[in-house]
Amino acid sequence: MSKDIRIKRGLTLRLKGEAEKQVLEAPRSKTYAIKPPDFHSVVPKVTLKEGATVLAGDVLFFSKYDEKLTFTSPVSGTLKEIKRAEKRRIIEVIVDADPTDSFKDFGKMDATSSTAEAVKSRVFESGCGAFLNQRPYDIVASPEDTPKAVFISAVSTAPLSADIGFLLKDKIAAFQEGVNALQKLTSGKVHLSVDASSEAILKGITGVELHKVTGPHPAGNVGVQIHKIDPINIGERVWAVGAEDVSIIGNVFLTGQYHPDRTIALSGSEAKENKYYKIKIGANVSDLIGQVSDDVRIISGDVLTGTKLSNNQYIGFYNTSLTLIPEGNKFRMLGWLPFTYNNIHSTSRTSLSWLFPKKKYDLNTNLNGEERALVVTGEMEDVLPMDVYPMQLLKACIAGDIEKMENLGIYEVVPEDFALIDYVNTSKLEAQDIIRLGLDLMITEVG
Amino acid sequence: MEWIRQKLDKFREPFNKGNKFEKYAPAINALDTFLYTPNHTTQKGAHVRDAVDLKRTMITVVLALVPALIFGMWNGGYQYLHQLPEYADGVPFLEAFMHGAWKILPMIAVSYGVGLGIEFAFAIFRGHEVNEGYLVTGLLIPMIMPIDIPLWMVALSVIFAVVIGKEAFGGTGMNILNPALTARAFAFFAYPTYMSGNQVWVSEATTVDGVSGETILGTLASAGKGVAEVPYSVMDMFSGVIPGSIAETSTICVLAGALVLVLTKVGSWRIILSGFVGAAVMALIFNALPNMGIEGNALTNFPWYQHLIIGGLSFGIVFMATDPVSAAQTLRGKWIYGFLIGLFGVMIRVFNPAYPEGIMLAILLMNVFAPVIDHYVIEANINRRKKRAVSVSGQIKTAA
Repeated sequence: MSKDIRIKRGLTLRLKGEAEKQVLEAPRSKTYAIKPPDFHSVVPKVTLKEGATVLAGDVLFFSKYDEKLTFTSPVSGTLKEIKRAEKRRIIEVIVDADPTDSFKDFGKMDATSSTAEAVKSRVFESGCGAFLNQRPYDIVASPEDTPKAVFISAVSTAPLSADIGFLLKDKIAAFQEGVNALQKLTSGKVHLSVDASSEAILKGITGVELHKVTGPHPAGNVGVQIHKIDPINIGERVWAVGAEDVSIIGNVFLTGQYHPDRTIALSGSEAKENKYYKIKIGANVSDLIGQVSDDVRIISGDVLTGTKLSNNQYIGFYNTSLTLIPEGNKFRMLGWLPFTYNNIHSTSRTSLSWLFPKKKYDLNTNLNGEERALVVTGEMEDVLPMDVYPMQLLKACIAGDIEKMENLGIYEVVPEDFALIDYVNTSKLEAQDIIRLGLDLMITEVG
Repeated sequence: MEWIRQKLDKFREPFNKGNKFEKYAPAINALDTFLYTPNHTTQKGAHVRDAVDLKRTMITVVLALVPALIFGMWNGGYQYLHQLPEYADGVPFLEAFMHGAWKILPMIAVSYGVGLGIEFAFAIFRGHEVNEGYLVTGLLIPMIMPIDIPLWMVALSVIFAVVIGKEAFGGTGMNILNPALTARAFAFFAYPTYMSGNQVWVSEATTVDGVSGETILGTLASAGKGVAEVPYSVMDMFSGVIPGSIAETSTICVLAGALVLVLTKVGSWRIILSGFVGAAVMALIFNALPNMGIEGNALTNFPWYQHLIIGGLSFGIVFMATDPVSAAQTLRGKWIYGFLIGLFGVMIRVFNPAYPEGIMLAILLMNVFAPVIDHYVIEANINRRKKRAVSVSGQIKTAA
């Protein structure tokens, strides 16, 4: 039984610089890095010394509180540096890559005929546990849990994001094996949601419950889909897995090796060769796009949820797109005048941009105002297609009122669901940040 | 235009962090950000942001108020001059407008001067930026006062509204009552002789003999039982050529403002619509009283559609009830909130002739009850969530 999901509330932000549907082989980076901050709430423990040789699939670090949760090297080479920030927090584990990869052999395994126990330990020992995202809380899944369901979203609605149907088209066999493995990990179903583009590619996948999703962003967010398909109640756990990550998991079973291949969409108005590139997870951004000036912001991910990168930093573990947009550190005279500066997109009718719904925008990173008290109501609800009161939930998070947060549905939301609220709200409130802090509070207080 | 920016950067140098006048930065920031949208870039969260900010939202409301304000200036002069024998042949537009402007502009200056002064002081004292909410409040306050009110009363009302009505609760976004109506309510109860009666609603009516200053509601309230004649046509009431507070008389101009608010989505159309519906329902009930064998009085028998276009009802519903801070915040809550404002507005107007301006009290009353409405709307959402959780755990138990 499949359920069609039609999302009405939301916003499709049209930006200039979409990636052309052509896949190029990216040059191999000299160095690769896995960044512990990508794995929220994981405290990394590194046992290797700098200079140690690693194979692709060898453990780089693991979670201090659960040794089974490992994070493995995307390439073979030597451990170059364990980079630390203030207070000695590890921020990057950098590997000097060999010219060609040699792989650690986990041994081939048929997921369907293996026991759940064996499948689970294979997933976690190969480092693929990092791809399992636990909801509630938006953290890496625990090897001790059995989720009530697994959700895979093959729908991309975020601005300038990679077309998932396009990047999966050569990976169907691995994707199917990945689904077979995920089936063993849950007590319930594996839900796969598709849009028009990915449906054509994925409709033959077996062992999943297929959902067809239509509507504006955030329809592609797996959190919104979970909310519509099988919402999370107090005490329940579900896992969400990225579509391409499923095929990486599948490959471990098919080949016995860890191949963290990413097809990344290079996009944005400041990017030059806007195409898809084949890279390995953890690639160095400058080896792909060269050095860029300070007037350009490099975003690992999409413009709503990505993280800012500087030259020579590394692409995020989960990101399937790289977006380059202009920095907006310029003053604008009388920028508050209604109906002026219509070249900047606005959902508010105080700008005339709503008259041109098909226009593509070249947006920069200017905040377009200053943070203010919450005054305007009703605008957040327009971009959050969930049965949740966003403003009230945000206020409960700011106040740290745990009971209220629980009542208002904190378990059903993750920061990315509030990305559009960051974007639209008049008071320039940092909604994603507030939700993240709220979730962290829940982790420490409720667990 | 680059030189303005450079001058400004130089001027604000002593106010920057670490410098001598750092403490006064909010004041200089308010001026700077008025001239230029700052060069701040996103540091966390979404990397791009919508073009709208609170300044733009508030200025849009100010724009929506302009038609009513211009009309109020003209009408303020006209209501006085056309009663004088020397203008029996008609009142020149400019003369009427100048008379009104001469009275009203000083009130606006006092309101902004005093109010913004307090806002700046609080911003510096508390170390936060100056919020733009007062741009609207400061214009609304003179617009809902009688034309001859002394300036010092305007100033006192503003002080009360900003300090007690807003800053005591934590400033913009935290207040329970609409600040502009708080100012009016303060003046109404503190100086009733200047705020009510038959003489205050037309310029100079208290000083010049033969000039009447009675509003339609005043006439109706003193008419007693039966049906009363009012000396104005329906068209007068709709266009606003009647005595009243400065800018609330013209339903046409208020509706023009409402159109701006609704089209720009700055004002909630739900509150505006349900407010008028609520008022119409209440007035219709009163109109139906004679059919039920109750005679009623001049106010209850006043035709329902005329109730909607006299007094401050339309101005209150369009510009005061839609204040998002003091209104209900949930969509369903807004329907209930607006409807009850209209309902109570007409009810107070009819039942208590001592307060012919019922809409002010109705909005203030519903401001207080808005959080309660929201509470029950949100409680329904919470119960839905709890029920879902219980039904799931019930299934697990039966399965086990």
